[in-house]
Amino acid sequence: MTAISIKHVSKRYGDFVAVDDVNLEIADGEFMVLVGPSGSGKSTLLRMIVGLEDISDGDLLFGDQRVNDRAPRDRDLAMVFQDYALYPHLTVYENIAFPLRLHKVAGDEVDKRVRSVADRLELTEFLDRKPANLSGGQRQRVAMGRAVIRDAHAFLFDEPLSNLDAKLRVQVRTQIARLQNQLGTTTVYVTHDQVEAMTLGDRVALLRRGVLQQVGSPRDLYAKPSNLFVAGFMGSPPMNLLPAEIRPDHLSSPFGDIPFDAARLPASLAGKDVVIVGIRPEQLVDASLLDDDQRGRGARLKGRIDVLEWLGNEQLAYLPFKAPDAIHQQLTDLQKELDSESDQTQLIVALPDASKAHEGAEIELWLDPGDLHLFDPATTENVTLGQKATG
Amino acid sequence: MGVGAIAIVVWALAPVVWIVSLSFKQGDDIDNQQFWPTHWSLENYKTVFQTDLFTSALRNSLGISLITTVISVVVAMFAAYAVSRLEFPGKRYVLISALAVSVFPAISIATPLFNLWRSIGLYDTWVGLIIPYLALTLPLAMWTLTSFFRQIPRDLELAAQVDGATTWQAFRRILVPLAAPGVFTTAILAFFVAWNDFVFGITLTSTDRARPVPAALAFFSGASQFQQPTAAIAAASVVVTIPVVVLVMLFQRRIVAGLTNGAVKG
Amino acid sequence: MSALARASATQTRRLPGEKPHLSERAKAERRLGWLLSAPSVAVLLLVAAYPILNAAYLSLFDYRLTDPGTRAFIWFKNYRVILTDNIWWSDLGTTLLITVVTVTAEFAIGFAFAMVMNKTFVGRGAIRTAILVPYAIITVVAAYAWQYAFANNTGFVDHWLGTNLDWFGARWSALFVICLSEIWKTTPFVALLLLAGLAQVPGSLKEAAVVDGASWWQRLLRVTLPNMQGAIMVALLFRTVDAFRIFDNPFVMTGGSNGTETVSILAYRQTIGRTEIGLGSAMSILLFLGVSLICFIFIKLLRTDVGRVTDS
Repeated sequence: MTAISIKHVSKRYGDFVAVDDVNLEIADGEFMVLVGPSGSGKSTLLRMIVGLEDISDGDLLFGDQRVNDRAPRDRDLAMVFQDYALYPHLTVYENIAFPLRLHKVAGDEVDKRVRSVADRLELTEFLDRKPANLSGGQRQRVAMGRAVIRDAHAFLFDEPLSNLDAKLRVQVRTQIARLQNQLGTTTVYVTHDQVEAMTLGDRVALLRRGVLQQVGSPRDLYAKPSNLFVAGFMGSPPMNLLPAEIRPDHLSSPFGDIPFDAARLPASLAGKDVVIVGIRPEQLVDASLLDDDQRGRGARLKGRIDVLEWLGNEQLAYLPFKAPDAIHQQLTDLQKELDSESDQTQLIVALPDASKAHEGAEIELWLDPGDLHLFDPATTENVTLGQKATG
Repeated sequence: MGVGAIAIVVWALAPVVWIVSLSFKQGDDIDNQQFWPTHWSLENYKTVFQTDLFTSALRNSLGISLITTVISVVVAMFAAYAVSRLEFPGKRYVLISALAVSVFPAISIATPLFNLWRSIGLYDTWVGLIIPYLALTLPLAMWTLTSFFRQIPRDLELAAQVDGATTWQAFRRILVPLAAPGVFTTAILAFFVAWNDFVFGITLTSTDRARPVPAALAFFSGASQFQQPTAAIAAASVVVTIPVVVLVMLFQRRIVAGLTNGAVKG
Repeated sequence: MSALARASATQTRRLPGEKPHLSERAKAERRLGWLLSAPSVAVLLLVAAYPILNAAYLSLFDYRLTDPGTRAFIWFKNYRVILTDNIWWSDLGTTLLITVVTVTAEFAIGFAFAMVMNKTFVGRGAIRTAILVPYAIITVVAAYAWQYAFANNTGFVDHWLGTNLDWFGARWSALFVICLSEIWKTTPFVALLLLAGLAQVPGSLKEAAVVDGASWWQRLLRVTLPNMQGAIMVALLFRTVDAFRIFDNPFVMTGGSNGTETVSILAYRQTIGRTEIGLGSAMSILLFLGVSLICFIFIKLLRTDVGRVTDS
């Protein structure tokens, strides 16, 4: 069991910088998720940890030992590849036993350990099969078995769930979490799926184009995103981002005015006209469900519902809006980067089943201005963070 | 479609059946102008195996083809591993050069060698044939092996490394077992090409010291001065076709895979 | 430019004044790559490049092996002699004719075979075995088989057709049999290549065409063939080059007489038959240039994508 220290690590391919000056401390026994869209450098970073890619700059330490120049074989790490990389010509038994056979472990010791691992992962009945005769989920477990059997210093997972269908993904996800809890091994887990990041990680590191955006617990990234990208990435449906004009005592959004004391705005926004307002879908409430007293105490917005999706336990309402050109460009650029297909800006509201909203109708929404995040359009930073911490 | 399938099989095997039938015809039966013999006889096979010309040609073909195959496959294996697994400048040109050599006309290589071999004493020798044969088999071997190697996922060797294997262990325990079928198939394909050669055989040999079978067939004579060599050639042809047919029957799946691998995007 | 775009533009900056530096591992990989490829490339150079260069050199000489004393350097006179000789052009014509006829027939019949095999499931192995026999059989053996079948005295064809033709005594009948033999032998290989290409056409495309109301013929022309184009072009290139180099079949059947001589046989005759090394070498070079031209036409003009084979 070891702590992993990533200090000022960069990876360059010629002119292209895949990983840019990343600093990350992973504690012993911690489950750290590296998350980000494709091209964010998360897989590259993982491969540098395991030694399959060279580190262009910076230091990688296991405990207090610098391991930059160590071959993968000498790093004592276990890895689960995205396509599992099971040896097709070996049975499940031999696949799991492979690391032990390399180290010339005695036959009955191998047998004991393989069967124990197989038992834990419910693979005992498949031990004689070859990978080609296994389902996706079973192959996954064999890959984990091969990783687990070695008692390595750390486990590395490279998008292990992306080849599984949705239902299976949830099942295997819980298995991984359970396994890590039982073994307590330091784990670095790479995924592009923010749901996996939130459910599995002790801490989450969000990367974008090789640059670390924010590190923290899933709750931190969700409730206190440090910039527009983090805000838009974490959470599904994603955080709403609205342009709002700054007035002396309110913010003017496409759906109405939100009372806000301009004096509370940080100095960096002084003299600016527009700010980007962030509010989560679940923080917008159907005003008709509130009693008058509550309604009076927040901000009220009005808009027309374009599409309403009923999901059983809740409903999602989509309210399109028009943004001023420059902001529109910025927001659609961000959506593209977050791999979203949408080409229009819209407000998403999470309504309870009880809400009587319907498509095409106007709806009045209530929000607590204290829940707002404000983002500087120029720097994309979340300027309300400091206030939230104290306010 | 059943009719179509039968038609294909008939098409493919009819000439072969014909030559087999010819080989069993004796004496004047040759001129009977029928498809089948009137009497079936093994006399041609006896003749053929008693002819030094044929037995030495058989020996030459076998030896030269096998040696050529082994050399091509071994040399090509290294290149195929490099091209499919490693990054290095000029990688593309390795396969491009193989491609280029595979379109050289054999006669264009044979004519200068005819002159050259005579002056350095390689004319009418096994080595004198093995060298140009490599021009036929090596490109094919490089091509086929590269496409086989490419089908083995690179992640497997990386996984083995992470599991603790040295380069040698990864090679021996993972790559070799997975590459073996491809190497075997490539050897079969290369052997077919070498076994088939005619141009080099007739250009670069003059006696049965090195003359391979296809070239030797052209020099056959019959059991006696007055008989045409037809039946003897037919018998000889059948004998040299048997190994080919056996190999095809045993390994048809692999052979088809090897032939179509590289040609179609896989 | 939006803030986000501006922010992202700085990600791919190059650190000033820095050359891309290779790690030890990358350098070692390069060295190993060169080391492992070197034997192959060396052998190729030796067994192919060297003889061709040698031929190019020799082609500049008037050199008769049986009369070495008169060997003389004559620049490109050999080429002039060849290119102004009727025999060369006639043989070239014959070669091109055979090429066009055989390649066309092979692809037409081969495609039909491929379609049959694509639909056949029972006995697929048997069919594959059967069609591999023509591919694997020695060309000379095939040549003898066809020759004997059509020969006046030993053959059964005349008997079956009720004719009494000297098939190999006249140009067109001889060419006919030569082409038959060639087509018989290589169609299976073409069929296999086309079958592989055919199998790659996504079934969903064909089904979508059916739903859109396309007839069998339309589906073939508009969906199947265009999607096989890459594979077809590569196969065409190699078959054309092979056909152009044809030697074994005509040599065995007619020895090149009666107007069936191909350029390969002509080159052979000059070099070995008449021991005119200079002339023969010049013909070899011309042949080589012919093949190169075919490759050029296919790769550059018809944009045949050979890269599918050479690149990863």
